[in-house]
Amino acid sequence: MSKRKLSIFTKGFFKENPTFVLLLGLCPTLATTTSAINGMSMGLATLFVLVLSNIVISAIAPVVPDKVHIPVYIVVIATFVTILQFAMQAYTPDMYKTLGLFIPLIVVNCIVLGRAEAYACKNGIVDSALDGLGIGFGFTMSLTVLGLVREILGSGSAFGWKFISGDGILVFVMAPGAFIALGYLMVLFNKIAKKS
Amino acid sequence: MAVKSNLTNMALCLTAVCLVCSALLGGMYVLTAEPIAKANADILKASIGAVLPEGGELSEAKTIQVGGQPSEYYVSTEGGSVKAYAVKSTVVGFGGPLTLMVGITPDGTVYNTSVLSHTETPGLGAKCTSDEHFYSQFKGFNPAEKILSVKKDGGDIDAITASTITSRAYALAVKNAVEAFKTIKGE
Amino acid sequence: MEYFLIIISAIFVNNIMLAQFLGTCPFIGVSSKISTATGMSGAVVFVITLATLVTYLINKYLLVVFGLEFLQTIAFILVIAALVQMVEIVLKKISPSLYQALGIFLPLITTNCAVLGVALNVVTKEFTFGGGAAHMLNLGESVVYAFATALGYGMALILFAGLREHLELNDVPKQFKGVPIALVTCGILAMAFMGFSGMV
Repeated sequence: MSKRKLSIFTKGFFKENPTFVLLLGLCPTLATTTSAINGMSMGLATLFVLVLSNIVISAIAPVVPDKVHIPVYIVVIATFVTILQFAMQAYTPDMYKTLGLFIPLIVVNCIVLGRAEAYACKNGIVDSALDGLGIGFGFTMSLTVLGLVREILGSGSAFGWKFISGDGILVFVMAPGAFIALGYLMVLFNKIAKKS
Repeated sequence: MAVKSNLTNMALCLTAVCLVCSALLGGMYVLTAEPIAKANADILKASIGAVLPEGGELSEAKTIQVGGQPSEYYVSTEGGSVKAYAVKSTVVGFGGPLTLMVGITPDGTVYNTSVLSHTETPGLGAKCTSDEHFYSQFKGFNPAEKILSVKKDGGDIDAITASTITSRAYALAVKNAVEAFKTIKGE
Repeated sequence: MEYFLIIISAIFVNNIMLAQFLGTCPFIGVSSKISTATGMSGAVVFVITLATLVTYLINKYLLVVFGLEFLQTIAFILVIAALVQMVEIVLKKISPSLYQALGIFLPLITTNCAVLGVALNVVTKEFTFGGGAAHMLNLGESVVYAFATALGYGMALILFAGLREHLELNDVPKQFKGVPIALVTCGILAMAFMGFSGMV
């Protein structure tokens, strides 16, 4: 892989991390990170849609009239989201139940449409796929970290493995804890980003 | 980059994209319909299996009217005689609907209970699925000898600490299932 | 009484923003000033109520009739996108002053997941209010629920914008400036709203 291609892939991890730097897709970030596993699943689901929609959109962009490009992109994204819904219902019904409404809501996740608009429609298929993979992994990583922090503080376990018996600080599993944990993680991220 | 738009190519493009996408989705729907139905059936079967004694032939879903509300139930039979009933029971919990599957043997004793779905507070009411001391109280509960409500309300059920409303709802759901069982028996 | 419970429940107990996290992006984005927050709230209330009404009817009389419920996501988002465009055009024609106030927020609303979230919620989820049994909402209840939910969103947005205006003037640690302190504040606001839970 050439250096340029590598940087397309890795920029989503840190420099353009969708959660901590671009502040995109906050709804699923906050809502589904009650545990590390849930956060990771949501991240991977988004990654799936992001990569496929990026590929298709970069392929069809040259023939789409400019005034209807948004509706066309939305239809493409919604199609992949629905396919994902079917697949999850069939093969991982428990996870589908846990993530619930937030699977169909990937359609309006600003990350997906944002990448289509800002990147996929102007670049080739391979680059767009790499961009989708990179941003998707960056998103998955942030969600897993946030989920892990909330799980450790809130239920005293990590990836389902319990190392503190009894309850954790319950508020971190509930809504307010999501905001607070994300706020502090963002501070930490800014601090590290400043240094490097 | 993009083509200049006019009415014809806009309409054509949108129609084409919508057609391709809906065809694709229709195909996927047909392909996954069977696995989805199977996955749902497996979940239901597992939840029924958890609350009934092992063995026996399970019937299709039946419904019965109890106090104006439809109630869904399943019968497990072995060699022509009824082994147990599994009754689905939904009540209002603390955060929203709380749905249980309740297994009842023909003598009216609760065999076991399991939670199908709930929206209780994590770490508090949601303990009704993980707190063994709480849910095991319903195992082998005989409503003829004991009272199906929390101790605070004069019953015989120990509530989950700090989650009286959830515990109350759980007990009510089991009680409703027992009522439904009586109606089924009376038929 | 039922409608009253729906309204209280949607605004306070299950506040869409603070308890269900829908519409967080615009919430953080437009809440730095009370005036923009008010404009956005107005637009959200208008669009959510209208979109829920339309998608409810489409679901009931088109998708369910033909057994096409699996197209809900794609159909709803298209309807919402078209509706937002139409509202924009109509507003421009009949009420330029209202357009002035809400106009710039309308395009943002298509990707506000609160709109699609509420539309999908009312057609797929069972609700319980007060002691009533769990049931699917009918048309009247759906519209009231959507309206109240949007009001709850608007209220949270304006409240939060008020807090943020004050935050600007305070001396917060450098790394916390901007979004991080806003998120922590939002967490505390959500904690306050938790006091309502279990009420309805």
